[in-house]
Amino acid sequence: MFDLETIFATIAPELLLAAAGLGGVIVGAFMGDRFNALSVKLGALVLIAAAGLSIWHWEGGRAFDGLVETTRFANFAKVVSFTAGAIALLMAEGFLRRHETLRYEYALLVIFAALGMGIILSAADFMTLYLGVETLSLSSYVLASFHRDSPRSAEAGLKYFVLGALASGLLLYGISLVYGFAGSTSYEVIAETEATLGFMFGMVLMITGLAFKVSAAPMHVWTPDVYEGAPSPVVAFFATAPKMASMVVFAIIMFTAFPQALAFDNWQIIIGLIAAASMLVGAIGALPQANLKRLLGYSSIANMGYALVAVAAGVQFGAGSLLIFMTAYVIASLGLFGGVLSMRRDGGMVENIDELAGLIRRQPGLATALTVLLVSVSGFPLAFGFLGKFAVLQAGWQAGLVPLIIVLLISSVIAMYYYLRIVKIMWFDDQAEAFEPVDGWVTLTIYFSAVISVALLIFINPFSELAASAAASIIP
Amino acid sequence: MDFPILSAVTFTPLAGAVLILLIRGLTGAQLRSDGTEDNRVMYAGLIFSVATFLISVVMFLSFDFQGSGYQLVEEVDWFSGIQYKMGVDGMSLLLIVLTTLLTPIALIASLGSIKQRLTEYIVAFLVLETFMIGVFCALDLVLFYVFFEAGLIPMFIIIGVWGGAERIYASFKFFLYTLLGSLFMLAAVVYMYLANDGSSDIVELEKFAFDPGAQTWLWLAFFASFAVKLPMWPVHTWLPDAHVQAPTAGSVILAGILLKMGGYGFLRFSLPMFPDASVFFQPFVFTLSVVAIVYASLVAWRQTDMKKLIAYSSVAHMGFVTLGIFSFTEIGVQGAIFQMLSHGLISGALFLIVGVVYDRIHTREIEAYGGLVHRMPIYASLFMLFTMANVGLPGTSGFVGEILTMVGAFQANTWAAAGAALGVIFSAVYMLTLYRRTVFGKITNPALETIEDVNAKELLCLIPLAIGTILFGIMPNLIFDITRESSLHALAQLGGG
Repeated sequence: MFDLETIFATIAPELLLAAAGLGGVIVGAFMGDRFNALSVKLGALVLIAAAGLSIWHWEGGRAFDGLVETTRFANFAKVVSFTAGAIALLMAEGFLRRHETLRYEYALLVIFAALGMGIILSAADFMTLYLGVETLSLSSYVLASFHRDSPRSAEAGLKYFVLGALASGLLLYGISLVYGFAGSTSYEVIAETEATLGFMFGMVLMITGLAFKVSAAPMHVWTPDVYEGAPSPVVAFFATAPKMASMVVFAIIMFTAFPQALAFDNWQIIIGLIAAASMLVGAIGALPQANLKRLLGYSSIANMGYALVAVAAGVQFGAGSLLIFMTAYVIASLGLFGGVLSMRRDGGMVENIDELAGLIRRQPGLATALTVLLVSVSGFPLAFGFLGKFAVLQAGWQAGLVPLIIVLLISSVIAMYYYLRIVKIMWFDDQAEAFEPVDGWVTLTIYFSAVISVALLIFINPFSELAASAAASIIP
Repeated sequence: MDFPILSAVTFTPLAGAVLILLIRGLTGAQLRSDGTEDNRVMYAGLIFSVATFLISVVMFLSFDFQGSGYQLVEEVDWFSGIQYKMGVDGMSLLLIVLTTLLTPIALIASLGSIKQRLTEYIVAFLVLETFMIGVFCALDLVLFYVFFEAGLIPMFIIIGVWGGAERIYASFKFFLYTLLGSLFMLAAVVYMYLANDGSSDIVELEKFAFDPGAQTWLWLAFFASFAVKLPMWPVHTWLPDAHVQAPTAGSVILAGILLKMGGYGFLRFSLPMFPDASVFFQPFVFTLSVVAIVYASLVAWRQTDMKKLIAYSSVAHMGFVTLGIFSFTEIGVQGAIFQMLSHGLISGALFLIVGVVYDRIHTREIEAYGGLVHRMPIYASLFMLFTMANVGLPGTSGFVGEILTMVGAFQANTWAAAGAALGVIFSAVYMLTLYRRTVFGKITNPALETIEDVNAKELLCLIPLAIGTILFGIMPNLIFDITRESSLHALAQLGGG
């Protein structure tokens, strides 16, 4: 009855993560503080191994009577999320050590969050989905308040928790309504249910909950506060791995559970509106920000808006574009948060954009790399981000979403202003004091992501073919 | 496969920039005793830009002037049907040579006048050169867009770091204005790529007949981008700010090459790909062009800042370019291409001329000058030459471009030609006023008593431009023979021109 081979093909990375996470708890209980330093490196290793397992079982499979189903599309997102999680974890080590919060729980929480991401990506049933969502969310709440002595961190965690619980409630209520009309929680059965008004009511509630998880407007209000308050390495994690996973899950649910023509017509409009609102809120909201983390929070809202354009384009046109766009965003964000982590002065972190003044004179390499990353995240030609935006525009055109394209263009110009403002501060302004040196992982991540961003612009072909093949696995 | 000469021309400056960055990154900037940066890095950059010029001469010589279509083509797949495709015809060939000529001149002009952050300066210029050449080489729409946009970043940095007092405002205005125009083009590019079955090859797109409805808005999207770049009235307001604030070399490149990308875009895309829409919008473009010529000339007349005056004169002269292009006659288009090249030489030279006295007196106010002829005779005669060329005196290249675009426009619309002719008169008014007030008269400003005439370095910059101006004024056929094919090609879709 249990076909081990199929089970491994489907959820091998999750099994590894669960084993490692639980094993870590036991080891930690015995070793105590001696496990702290080791845990980060082991955790990163486990995440990389999980990414490797996803590549190994690239074709995926279907197990447990359809409770889980892994497609190439999901595996693509898993590889990116797990790798991003590993990098974010490695970047955290130095920061945590300096703040005397290097505890093994941190790595374990990241692993449990990654487990949640893996589960939601492989879910083919709302029950599995909800389990994964809660695993991810609960780990995230704790991570946000990891600096429990800092009021800012505690506030961020509390805000995140209260609003996140509300969103989970909405999601669960939506699931229950859809279940009521479909008589099942399986994506497959739901996809064949007639889209009645009540059914779509449940669908809209689910969209609301999911929009919160990806921080799309108007469910975005937690994002700037959490980004500002939570410890920087935690934000580097939040902005990358869970974003990738949640956005792809959002797409998977819309594409596979609600493909009915009537439902599609409705969710396309709703997601289109959410996308437009996110793009504008993200672009305009970032304009007055002086805190770099807050600004990047708004920037991520805008970028989620662009990604949602690809979702709104529907599975045929949007699936491949979504993967390219999100990967470009994750790579650039990792590097940019590396930049946030390298802003150390007088033994503490500084977060104001003005602290970057004249960086080009003091640390030309760092300033150039950050410029490349800003260019990439803004979708300007010269870096991978441009191809992400190109892919989204392509999806938008193919689906005929002309109003969304116009909003996308306008918000891109507005957003360019604040990215340019950072470039201006780094290049034009008189120099401030130098930053204190940071650990190698952070520097490595910044340079590596900048180089990858440029390299993928040129050698995009294998990557775009991979994304297309991954997308083909969920196109009916 | 032949040696990829176009890629060599395009990427030599970039390779130089990377090399300089690496060497400087390893050794650190050498400071001299007076705290200024060692300018060996400037010579290193100069070597790369001169090498680029030499490679472009080889490219020029390997071009078959009897052949037709795009030559020296290179093709490599990029992704999803989009190619790295490079190739040139007569028009782009000349614009590339103009680019590779003006960049070393701009760099020579910066020697000594730029004193800080030399490494970044030279790197920004070399990177910019790569993107400018790339724009003229690209035969794939997406590739073109990448080069077209990418140039904004180095120019933004050039204006913002080495510019004047209001440089931040000017650099942002320059960037965001141009970006807004270009993003509409990006939307159109993606649409065309999809409509043409996932290929953005320019040669194929020229053959693709877009339906008239789509043409209208595609034309407008491209127009938004090129009109800002050119710039046309009323979206020209970024130009005076950018010019005034940019360092001399930045102004030379801006006026000499970046503005030409707009005219190049019209000829490469708007006319061959959207012929119906081009015809439909002809009166619209004519109106804007004539307004630009007359209005910008009048505004130029009232300027008190020399660079601003020349900037407005550029707007007026670009009006002739659009007038010629949209006359849809061979003579008009030939004249427009000629005017672009000629203006590249003349406006570049005029900004250098202003730079010469600015380096000495550190003001661009016309009021501060007067009587320069008594102290700077060589300067005065060179200034006279370029003033006359800008006015359009027969015997200089400025004359040929203006007369041909007007003849072309006359065939299409008499009133437009009459309006443009008015602009020629105004151009004489403002240029001669400028010349009289700065060069003639008595010396009123005591600072001018000891001013020195042009030195060897400045002559080295100005002489090639002077030779070009006179040579192409006397023998314009040197240019026309090369660009005829391109002009006819641009008009081919418009019923034979």
